[in-house]
Amino acid sequence: MAETPILAVQGLKTYYHQDEGVVRAVDGASFALRAGRTLGIVGESGCGKSVSARSILRIVERPGRIEAGSIVLQRAGGAVDLARLDAEGREMRAIRGAEIALIFQEPMTSLSAYYTVGNQIGEIIRLHKGVHKAAARKRAIELLAMVGIPRPERRVDEYPFQLSGGLRQRVMIAMALAAEPRILIADEPTTALDVTTQAQILDLLRGLQKQRGLAIILITHDMGVIAEMADDVVVMYLGRVIECGPVDAIFHAPKHPYTKALLRSIPSILARPRDKLATISGSIPHPYDRPTGCPYHPRCADFMPGRCDVAMPAMRAAGADREVSCFLYEEVGA
Amino acid sequence: MTVLEVIGLRKLFPIRKGLLRRVIGQVRAVDGVSFHIEKGETLSLVGESGCGKTTVSRCIVRALQPSAGAIRFRVGDGGAVDIAQMPKRALKPFRRHMQLIFQDPFSSLNPRMMIGDIIGEPLLVNGMTDKSKRRERVEALLELVQIPGAYLNRFPHACSGGQRQRIGIARALALNPSLIVADEPVSALDVSVQAQIVNLMLELQDRLGLSYLFIAHDLSVVKHVSDRVAVMYVGKIVEVAATGDLYARPRHPYTEALLSAVPKPDPRLRAQRIILQGEVADPAHPPSGCYFHPRCRYAVERCRVETPELAEVAPGQWARCHRAAELTLKGVG
Amino acid sequence: MRATSAISGIFARLAPWRGVAAAPSAEERIAFATQFQLTWWRFRKHRLAVWSGVIVALFYLVAIFADFIAYTDPHATDARRSYIPPQAIHIFDADGSVSPWVHGLKGKRDLKTFKIVYSVDPESKLYLRFFAEGYRYDLFGLIPTTTHLIGVADGNAEDGLYLLGTDLLGRDLWSRIAVATRISLFIGLAGVMVSLFLGVLLGGISGLYGGTIDTLIQRLIEVIRSIPTIPLWMGLAAALPNDWTTTQIYFAITVIISFIGWTDLARVVRGRFLALRGEDFVTAAELAGASRMRIIFRHMLPSFLSHIIAATSLALPAMIISETSLSFLGLGLRPPAISWGILLQDAQNIQTLGIAPWLLVSAVPVIVIILAFNFLGDGLRDAADPYG
Repeated sequence: MAETPILAVQGLKTYYHQDEGVVRAVDGASFALRAGRTLGIVGESGCGKSVSARSILRIVERPGRIEAGSIVLQRAGGAVDLARLDAEGREMRAIRGAEIALIFQEPMTSLSAYYTVGNQIGEIIRLHKGVHKAAARKRAIELLAMVGIPRPERRVDEYPFQLSGGLRQRVMIAMALAAEPRILIADEPTTALDVTTQAQILDLLRGLQKQRGLAIILITHDMGVIAEMADDVVVMYLGRVIECGPVDAIFHAPKHPYTKALLRSIPSILARPRDKLATISGSIPHPYDRPTGCPYHPRCADFMPGRCDVAMPAMRAAGADREVSCFLYEEVGA
Repeated sequence: MTVLEVIGLRKLFPIRKGLLRRVIGQVRAVDGVSFHIEKGETLSLVGESGCGKTTVSRCIVRALQPSAGAIRFRVGDGGAVDIAQMPKRALKPFRRHMQLIFQDPFSSLNPRMMIGDIIGEPLLVNGMTDKSKRRERVEALLELVQIPGAYLNRFPHACSGGQRQRIGIARALALNPSLIVADEPVSALDVSVQAQIVNLMLELQDRLGLSYLFIAHDLSVVKHVSDRVAVMYVGKIVEVAATGDLYARPRHPYTEALLSAVPKPDPRLRAQRIILQGEVADPAHPPSGCYFHPRCRYAVERCRVETPELAEVAPGQWARCHRAAELTLKGVG
Repeated sequence: MRATSAISGIFARLAPWRGVAAAPSAEERIAFATQFQLTWWRFRKHRLAVWSGVIVALFYLVAIFADFIAYTDPHATDARRSYIPPQAIHIFDADGSVSPWVHGLKGKRDLKTFKIVYSVDPESKLYLRFFAEGYRYDLFGLIPTTTHLIGVADGNAEDGLYLLGTDLLGRDLWSRIAVATRISLFIGLAGVMVSLFLGVLLGGISGLYGGTIDTLIQRLIEVIRSIPTIPLWMGLAAALPNDWTTTQIYFAITVIISFIGWTDLARVVRGRFLALRGEDFVTAAELAGASRMRIIFRHMLPSFLSHIIAATSLALPAMIISETSLSFLGLGLRPPAISWGILLQDAQNIQTLGIAPWLLVSAVPVIVIILAFNFLGDGLRDAADPYG
């Protein structure tokens, strides 16, 4: 596709410098988000997907730091590299909320318990749009209606603890969209919700995307959610992107051994009853104990001694819009 | 042979208000639940938050005392004994035959005890005071769950989530129970680890002839593990059937909606889904008639007025719905 | 009995299962580290807390060796030596060698007031010595000896050495502070022991059984805490018979102070019990058939032992301040007993302070030990429960 991605992450490295060692939370990740599409980032714990999201918004907590890489955002006034901006500076603060918004997994802890829902949404509106309280409250009610909260004029004065999990997540979405960003990053937005509520929220996100042309980065460990929502998929393992491509290709023609193993090992509602699950041998390495070379090689069924444990494979093109980081594909293609 | 038979189980929690803490209402956490488990079988109890499945699991192992109902448990080849209202002292000999596996691998092991002692505790408490005998048994258990013997002296904080869950399983198996109640045993684990634990549990069931009551909210995991499935909604069982039947041809609208809501790991199956409106009903103030009727797309006037009973709609398939016989509901795979 | 074997299980440096190799590498060490070791490692990182711990230890050393550190009999009065200011210590001798000395004092009778006024006598020099001879005392209350930490080369310390000056009755302040340390620190300790016992017992019952008993105990705690402390002390102290010996008063004060102190600890203990009751591993033990006793001693108590230690080290300074305040107000210990509070009594009068400002030095050890205990307690608490 010739169209420039609205957000392009290139070679991102975010390290945490602890007393006991350096945790390479993100170790050279590259992916691109296109306007109006959903990019799914999938991986297990320790793969760096959440840290990537926080790096984009420059809210990585100490002792974490972006060590290298670029995060190029296309704005009205031109492109800007978010990695180079001052994290606390005015430009970054203007971008947060108005250009890129983030919703979290646990709405109870990300909503302030001390302020009403309307107050919290209103704060964002006032911050970015500069309107006064009454206008902000009116807009807050509109937003609550947009995310499907029944009787928004009553709910706007309620506190988060008075709402159920699903409603709180809707409030989070309303807050995220209050300043009308073009990009929404959703970090495990439905993991803490019941499956029927999850369906409602995912449905809502899809609807909002269509309505407003939002670009969404959806971070999750649930392959089912990815299959439902994503247009493009990025698979991460231990801080690196090991495969990316369109969602259909990833599910039906996976290339990287980890992607293949992951797809085989997920419990599927389409399986036969009492089918055993294929497992991935070994376990995710301890962050201080990273394997040399390809991070997946200790667990890989196609491990090639002498190659996989020596050097890190680069991300190479492997078909239309596909990239893989694996020595199995080094021979094929340029 | 039926290992466990639960009849009309009820658990009510009082709602207290005011300075004198007067009881102003009841939360009907479990509202008349009946089911049975055969030897060597896995029955899964599924439902969303607040449906009462965790409370059922706690009542069965008598971590909670039921408000009403019978829990008939059979030990070995003997007769079935109702343990629902048994005083705590009399329960001790039965406790060893049914054990619980917990959801959270991080809080289910005492962080101040060594692994060897954690697994050995049930043995110690039940009379195996000989340390070398205990050690032998603990080592055998560790082998069963595929954890290296060197872990005897380790502490839980040094183990991963998956390893801790295995240790929890080893502890549950220490007394050779016939029934294991597994309360969301894989929900807190990574996907690849989930697969390992699920396989382990299936293997152990084959080897040791265990019966499982598997509590879960993840319908995909449940399909891999169960022989039969019971679906709960706001304290009541709304459908029970063999796994294949339940998933292919559900008989209750709630089951249909649940199955439809589960995201399928195949982008080509993004068919139209049934999106339920509204929120899960409040167990303290359930709706009139059928608890599900406010959200049900098939509801009629009768559903608002009359509470349906659990009835056998097809051989082996029970549903709590007035219209179960006439509806054709959509399943999966 | 079962309880005793369960109790011995608390101090769970369990004999590791034999035949299993001990930990070699550093990462392995963490795997095999007991909770106690982990807590200790975390504590060690806290510089301020560690140094505070050292200071507290030093203070208790002073308390144990009080008479050794003093050089003048703290009870001996001598009106002629009244209000002598602190002496300057000269480290170097005239010939440049390291030989600490002080000027002697010369008394001259002021003909107007007929009082003897002491002034520094530039002629006389008294050399200081370590482990010098001094007044007679019993080390540890058992061994009679006359050796003291500091003294003068020849002659009596009484005649010339006044490192921190003297009070109205001519008693050397350094010696009195040293001896006061003993009483002030140990009365704190005794009080905390009583508080600890009451706090753990009542807090434990409250948290474990809940229900009516819990409500009753909590209301009792609230009533006790709501009583204004100073009037309560005054009332109770005034109720003590005048003819009691110092020792009896000593213990009565201890009881009075710990009567208030246990409430804090009880609430901490109750909170922990309540939190622990719901823990999965406790449920697991119950389901395995463990007895109540075993669950309390083997599962619950070790979990909050570290909290108790932390709470205790924060309760001690409160005890010390209580005693100091009471005695300062004249309601606690009475002379001839010596405690920091009693020493500070002498500094109550602004006119006295004008003449002899060095009397305020007695406040310095109080401030230092309170700060040290607070930092130590904070450090212990953070190490024990980094997330709490």
